[in-house]
Amino acid sequence: MRLSPALVIGAALSLTAVGLAALSFFWTPYDVTRLTVAARLQPPSAQHWFGTDHFGRDIFSMVMVGARASIAVALVAVGVGAGLGVPLGLAAAARRGGWLDELVMRLNDLIFAFPSLLLAIMITATLGPGAFNAVIAIGIFNIPVFARVTRGAALSLWTRDFVLAARVAGKGAARISVEHVLPNVANLLIVQATIQFSLGILAEAGLSYVGLGVQPPMPSWGRMLNEAQTMIYVAPWFAIFPGLAIVLTVLGLNLLGDGLRDLSDPKVRRAR
Amino acid sequence: MIAFLVRRAATLALTLLAATAVIFVMLEVAPGDPAVTMLGLNASDEAVAALRAELGLNAPPLERYLAWLAGMLRGDFGVSYTYRTPIAELIADRLAVSGPLTLYALALSTLIAIPAGVHAAAHRGRAADAATLGLVQIGVATPNFWVAMLLVLAFSTGLRWFSAGGFPGWGDPLEAMRALTLPAVSLALPQAAILTRVMRSALIETMSEDYIRTARAKGLSERQALRRHALRNAMIPVLTIIGMQFSFLLAGAVIIENVFFLPGLGRLVFQGVVQRDLIVVKSVLTLLVLAVTLVTLAVDAAYAAVDPRLRARRR
Amino acid sequence: MSLLRIDRLSLRIGAAQVLRDVSLHIAPGEVLGVVGESGSGKSMTALSVMRLAPRGVAEGRVLFEGEDLLAASEARMCALRGAAIGMVFQEPMTALNPLHPIGRQVEEVIRLHRPDLDARAEARRALERAGLPADRVPHDRYPHDLSGGQRQRVVIAMATALRPRLVIADEPTTALDVTTQARILDLLRRLTAEDGAGLMLITHDLAVVAEMADRIAIMKDGEVVETDETVRLFRNMRHPYTRALFQASVHQPARRARPPGDEVLRAREVTREHVSRRGLLRRRTAFRAVDRVSLAIRQGENVGLVGESGCGKSTLARALLALEPLQGGAVTLCGAPFAPGAPPERRRHVQAVFQDPYDSFDPRWTVARLVAEPLHMLRPRPSRAEARRRAAAALARVGLGDEALDRYPHEFSGGQRQRIAIARALVCEPRLVVLDEAVSALDVSVRARILDLLAELSDRLDLSMLFISHDLHVVRAVTDRVAVMQAGRIVEEGPTERIFSAPRHPCTRALLEATPDLERALAARAARAPHEKEPAR
Repeated sequence: MRLSPALVIGAALSLTAVGLAALSFFWTPYDVTRLTVAARLQPPSAQHWFGTDHFGRDIFSMVMVGARASIAVALVAVGVGAGLGVPLGLAAAARRGGWLDELVMRLNDLIFAFPSLLLAIMITATLGPGAFNAVIAIGIFNIPVFARVTRGAALSLWTRDFVLAARVAGKGAARISVEHVLPNVANLLIVQATIQFSLGILAEAGLSYVGLGVQPPMPSWGRMLNEAQTMIYVAPWFAIFPGLAIVLTVLGLNLLGDGLRDLSDPKVRRAR
Repeated sequence: MIAFLVRRAATLALTLLAATAVIFVMLEVAPGDPAVTMLGLNASDEAVAALRAELGLNAPPLERYLAWLAGMLRGDFGVSYTYRTPIAELIADRLAVSGPLTLYALALSTLIAIPAGVHAAAHRGRAADAATLGLVQIGVATPNFWVAMLLVLAFSTGLRWFSAGGFPGWGDPLEAMRALTLPAVSLALPQAAILTRVMRSALIETMSEDYIRTARAKGLSERQALRRHALRNAMIPVLTIIGMQFSFLLAGAVIIENVFFLPGLGRLVFQGVVQRDLIVVKSVLTLLVLAVTLVTLAVDAAYAAVDPRLRARRR
Repeated sequence: MSLLRIDRLSLRIGAAQVLRDVSLHIAPGEVLGVVGESGSGKSMTALSVMRLAPRGVAEGRVLFEGEDLLAASEARMCALRGAAIGMVFQEPMTALNPLHPIGRQVEEVIRLHRPDLDARAEARRALERAGLPADRVPHDRYPHDLSGGQRQRVVIAMATALRPRLVIADEPTTALDVTTQARILDLLRRLTAEDGAGLMLITHDLAVVAEMADRIAIMKDGEVVETDETVRLFRNMRHPYTRALFQASVHQPARRARPPGDEVLRAREVTREHVSRRGLLRRRTAFRAVDRVSLAIRQGENVGLVGESGCGKSTLARALLALEPLQGGAVTLCGAPFAPGAPPERRRHVQAVFQDPYDSFDPRWTVARLVAEPLHMLRPRPSRAEARRRAAAALARVGLGDEALDRYPHEFSGGQRQRIAIARALVCEPRLVVLDEAVSALDVSVRARILDLLAELSDRLDLSMLFISHDLHVVRAVTDRVAVMQAGRIVEEGPTERIFSAPRHPCTRALLEATPDLERALAARAARAPHEKEPAR
């Protein structure tokens, strides 16, 4: 099977981001907690690939460590969303028009009535800033997304003859949901997970940019950008590299999602 | 059609009511006593108790919730703990910045995305399409506050066309628009990327429908079929996204207003959060939820106007 | 001179050779029937004439009134399409723009080609001619207000509004009921005759062309295997494929007469309602899809259930399978009540085969697992090895070998899949199999073989079958008794031969008359033949 360029580039970018984050646990070019005032605000050079910040810390090392927070928060938020949303969606579709279906749809409406980032800010502000609360704030929006995608796909599967055949074979709704529906929506859910993952990284960056995400001294991409903003005239590299890290990671995940969707969509596959 | 809209409105009103309850409960469990916040940590216990009584904070929660709802229905949002001014006035001031900013950004996003999406779909698989798709991928991946920083770097420090922040007020409308331009562009670009992609794929999907083949069999050229038959059908998913973007732009404005030091609703709510001025937060959030709900209703009305099947189903 | 002359047309799309040296011709006023099974290239031939086929490499010539369409500019094609050549498509439900009123969609073709005419008046006239007068079907209606037959009339009005010299109809009635089909075919024939236009009628149904066409071209695998004047073609049938197609179309599986045994299934006064909530107050409104239907099926008996789409036959089938709760009446299976939630030991006695062979299988399961799925109803549960053995045995019964077990459904053709579906229905040795339009989606030659298989199985296993179909030929071929359904009720029931030879209810009679019948059509033609003028060359 031929892999699409989107899939290859997306996988490469995503793996690089995850790989650098993992590597940062063992090794970074410089210690990100050591302040070297003598080396402050240096432009990119052979010693400091991405330059240094106002405390003389190596920005490349900070970007590496910052990837941890972004990836961890977004990943756990996807886990929360899928873990709760998928079963809800499956159950709602299995009893279409029932009270659970109605409840899921109304909760869906309710959560979508809030501007998402604003509610996330509210939640972190209420519960206090920090990585764990950022996960909750972002994860809560993933629940209805996964519930809705699962429900929509499951509803159309429930009209298929093979589900009818399983019912004729005496299988109950729960068993059909697990044996027939879930495996057939899995592709769609994987694609949705990569999308929510990339949105989670953007949201985490936004939250830490306003100071509600991961707390110092852990570096995070969003807060680096916040700190860089006041120095944008003197040290533009401080603003550019963490931003590029966000863009490339999100781009990678989006391309990966597109590539996976094309791979699993028989319509596209046949057209190749 | 009227019945359809009334029914939608009723559902949305219920959603709105549920949303106010969620907001109330959330802020109820939030740590921090507003009376302490207002008087400072050194205030005497008696002073705090007196203020709590004055603010009506001692009543049972349900009673306070209902009082709050009733107040909002009268247009009385209460008094800010920190500013000591009626919240309605505060909000009106800030809305004069945030409202125009959101609409400006929405207009920009739509004006960029629809032609770009249509053009890409019409030239599917060719260079223009590939270039558009590449830009879309980058646009979708870029956080708007980073766009804002790059724009500031390029246009206010490099080229000095726009100011890097602040808002001169609406005394000079031209100057005001100039101050809103960079924020609006930074809000609009990532959204335009999303909308372009939706427009393109909706149009491509519509172009493969049977009725497009019928239109071609009538003697319409591909371009005519696209313009006369595909475009309006493709607008249905696009409308949904435009509606959702409104909510997104309102929220995105919180961060962008911080980047550009704009005195908008976003900054108001953010300062309210930081300063524990929860009654401001409560009011602004409710107002934004109301705005989102109204836009949803408007999108439903637009649906019904575009699609006769929807009008008929609820007749 | 021919109106249309296709000269050695070949078409390659990607790696696939879709058409190979296709040559056809149509004279003015002539009806050419193009017949073939799916994948024969008949639709691609039509789309190639319109130059609307998917991009590919075309060779040969398509001469329309002497002009080579393959060499014509796109602008020239736009001028011809709709004005000189009209086209009618298979699927009327999706062929119209859902957002435009029907009148406007017909007006468009007139405005486009003849700005000098009063488009509104012309469109009105065209719709009236197609049987949609404005006083009965207002022309500001939207497609979703119309039935399938009415929508197809709108498409025909569009195709014929400017009195084109050639009309191409691609399976125009496949998606419609037989009575609607008869009226639409009649309309097409009348309009093209009035205008003196040529008609290229594409269909998979030999009986339809036998009734309609002056000349017939038989296509297979992208080639025309035989073409001749209708009566002569059927008289000679020079090509073996033509003969095979003919035999499959009139095929009657051999069946042994068996004395019916005990009652297997009985439905008493069964009522099914579809409840929907609508309106401002979400009032419950109930639509009665099945209305107090009683039916009994005995051991070894094959019962047919016929009726047009929407008459409630599939809803009744689901009720008999105890998949949905009843609003009245009861179903008993082998003497015990049968309702949703019935114990597996009872449920295993009735199994089903559905219409769409491409939709009936979970694409992620192997055939072994799919066929064995009903086995979990057996007590004690068979072991994994035993389940596989039984699946293999069931597959052997339908003529498939062990090598099928570990493959996935997409590796099989439509006919093979339907065999797998039958194997799945047989695996737990039920007493009754419900076949809901089980052969409707199959090509005629495949269908004949599946019918043989079903007849053989019901004889050998002493199996009862409930055969649900809109196709009267199929039901006649394999059943002992037939029930005719209309608007949720059984209006006539009796032995198959009696129903077909002496129908009593007007609904039955209408169905029989509308059903195209190859032998009847040929007999009528033969009687007419001496007076019929030889079609122009």
